[in-house]
Amino acid sequence: MEQVLEKHHDVEEKHAGLEGAKMGMWLFLFTELLLFGGLFAAYAVFHTIYAKDFEIAHHHLNRTIGFINTLILITSSLTMALSVWSAQTNRKGLLNLFLLLTILLGTAFLVIKLAFEWPVKFAEGLYPGGKEFNHLLQEGHRGQALFFSLYFMLTGLHGLHVLVGVLVLLGILFMALRNTFSSEYYGPVEVSGLYWHLVDLIWIYLFPLFYLIK
Amino acid sequence: MEAKLQEIERKRTYLDEKGIRSWLFTLDHKRIGLMYLFTSLIFFLVGGLFAIIFRTELAFPGKQFLSPEAHNILFTLHGAMLIFLVIIPLIPSALGNFFLPIMIGARDVAFPRINLLSYWVFFTGALLLLFSLLFGPIDTGWTFYTPYSANKGLNVFIVSLAVFTLGMSSILTGMNFIVTVHKLRAPGMTWGKLPLFVWALYATSLVQLLATPVLGITLLLLGMENLLGIGFFDPAKGGDPVLFQHLFWFYSHPAVYIMILPAFGVISELVSVHSRKPIFGYWFIAASSLAIAFIGFIVWGHHMFVAGMSPIADIIFSFLTYLVAIPTAVKIFNWTATLYKGKISFTTPMLYALGFISLFLIGGLTGLFLASLGTDIHLHDTYFVVGHFHYVMVGAAVFAFFGGLFHWIPKMFGRMYNERWAKIGWFFNFLGFNLTFFPHFILGIQGMPRRYWDYPAEFQSLHFVSTVGAYLIALGALISLAVFIHAIFKGEKAEDNPWGGKSLEWTIPSPPPTENFEKIPVVKEGPYDFVKH
Amino acid sequence: MKTEHKEHIVKPPVYIAVAVALYILTLITVWAAGIDLGKILNTIIALSIASFKASLVALFFMHLKYESKLLWFMILIPLILLLILLALPILDVITRAGYFGM
Repeated sequence: MEQVLEKHHDVEEKHAGLEGAKMGMWLFLFTELLLFGGLFAAYAVFHTIYAKDFEIAHHHLNRTIGFINTLILITSSLTMALSVWSAQTNRKGLLNLFLLLTILLGTAFLVIKLAFEWPVKFAEGLYPGGKEFNHLLQEGHRGQALFFSLYFMLTGLHGLHVLVGVLVLLGILFMALRNTFSSEYYGPVEVSGLYWHLVDLIWIYLFPLFYLIK
Repeated sequence: MEAKLQEIERKRTYLDEKGIRSWLFTLDHKRIGLMYLFTSLIFFLVGGLFAIIFRTELAFPGKQFLSPEAHNILFTLHGAMLIFLVIIPLIPSALGNFFLPIMIGARDVAFPRINLLSYWVFFTGALLLLFSLLFGPIDTGWTFYTPYSANKGLNVFIVSLAVFTLGMSSILTGMNFIVTVHKLRAPGMTWGKLPLFVWALYATSLVQLLATPVLGITLLLLGMENLLGIGFFDPAKGGDPVLFQHLFWFYSHPAVYIMILPAFGVISELVSVHSRKPIFGYWFIAASSLAIAFIGFIVWGHHMFVAGMSPIADIIFSFLTYLVAIPTAVKIFNWTATLYKGKISFTTPMLYALGFISLFLIGGLTGLFLASLGTDIHLHDTYFVVGHFHYVMVGAAVFAFFGGLFHWIPKMFGRMYNERWAKIGWFFNFLGFNLTFFPHFILGIQGMPRRYWDYPAEFQSLHFVSTVGAYLIALGALISLAVFIHAIFKGEKAEDNPWGGKSLEWTIPSPPPTENFEKIPVVKEGPYDFVKH
Repeated sequence: MKTEHKEHIVKPPVYIAVAVALYILTLITVWAAGIDLGKILNTIIALSIASFKASLVALFFMHLKYESKLLWFMILIPLILLLILLALPILDVITRAGYFGM
């Protein structure tokens, strides 16, 4: 006994489409939330236990640089959103421009971190295995040492995501320069944008948690 | 001429295209499913072999032939391989990949290339796991507890990388399935007409997607601990080993639901089709899958009652753990009610389904002893736990896999398996399984610790019985797999719908054509609308 | 990934306004961190502002405001899980007897 099926001649074939691609990217972003979530959980536990030590340790971070980097990422989200708008409205020149700006801002974020922030910590020996780090452990200031471990893990993982984002956007820019996108087809731009905004989002939490502890 | 063309059309199946490249680079969900299937089955045999080896050692007290170090390595690899390379991917990535699109009336999953990618990522993870052996096999147990695992060096780092990679495969599959179910259902295929196997895969995909990243970060941190000494889990550096366990089990408890939910889905199919009776309480079963998926996320602390959590945390987790019994029991009641007054055929799939229900009942109920704080203090880290999880992971999940495999062999290959030998395999599996693991409960209550290489003489007779059982399982597994392989190449030709199933896979030819459906169907009936005799 | 239907297109002024709001909120966060209101209150304020900023990014830059209810519902789930992942370990640690030294 077969199930009764009607075979119509022009049944619409389903595809994932733009909506499917966006859903897929959102689902992937959920995994990123939980990936960082585990690190935030570690941060939350240790901040709770070592509240005083965290406050002391955080003074070693450069609040101004953190602030500037925050503004940079926010601006890059703006340019990313504008690049999506450009694609949606068929403004191909602007699309290229805003993509480029986003890439430059992302790169600036990384350069500032890797040229002006981390090296200072390395020079001060305030990293896992570093001289001052070990000194803190010996003196019993374990919370402060943990602060720096957390700092490098979280900003490191975040920085890695920024790097990947920059590389992806470079790929998108290449495609844009070859006239791949238009108001009819801009899915990859939008979907990459979603990823990029997540990177901004995570930093929005990292900044106060590391640079602005009271 | 027309008839000849139709005959040629009819014979075109997804298996036709030959050549290794057509498999390795395929975008066909059915072929990808089969690649997962065979890869996992190979590791099933390897992991099982390790168990045979250490069970042989454990049949008698004192050293037979295995050193304590080798014993520790073998049970670690047994656990890690079987969990990450076999039971987690097996039903979803093999049977699920094959049948999910067909069951919803689609030609493939939402993202076929990502599907292929997920297989290759899986394969890479498996290779990395094997590669890690070169750096000294790990002996930490599959749970990698710190601080022991935190200063081992390169081998733990590589294993962490391997499992991280395997996790990525899991995430990609979960994401793909979720979008597929939302976006590719055929006209008329409402949520209420989805086979319960699809509901089960959907719930599983949610868990895979959301839990696995936490394993990812945990392993990343463990790797960094080994490589850079960051100190999160090391008390000497201010860290907390219990934090490792929190993060580890946040994934690993939901992981067991990744293992069992698809099995539940298979059982729903088997129980209704092989008793020709509509499933009892469809929406309750569908909803219970989602409920179990969610509750599964909030109970992880029950693995840590004696690890050093606060008593308040203990109590909260114990209470939450009891909750998960509720939707689970709903399923058991509904399957039983489905069987009641059904026209039961004692086919191999039905035997596995019945085996599942009885074994899962025992496994689930013994979980309650562990959920209860007082008894868990006595039973934690004893053989009782080992018995419990083998009843649910092997007695239930593996049995469900075999049931599903035999149920769907005719569809996947257009050939029928040898019913008599399949039943013989089932018999040894069922007998062997109970002989192996029921004694574990008794041993555990008597105080036999898990993961111990040696034990006092008073435990010997039960250990011996357990080892005999293990050999019987091996026999059953080998027979069953031989029946499977034989069916693929030499099985009798099967009709398109030998069981009279009503879900969409039974409306297409066996084996299916590459594009699944000649024309996408418009669905009018539900998957369990059997015509009454 | 062809567009199947007319998608709501957000105009640049909206984006610019959101970016400006984010700049201002960042300034406020830094300013608020300079005022001592006690650990707990300072933390709550900082996280609340951060969450508000995150919502702006999600709702406007990520188009969430214009997406389907299904997506809204989907997002809720990882957020709830995140909360649990954060809350329970903290609860465990702070309820341990003499939890280890500062």
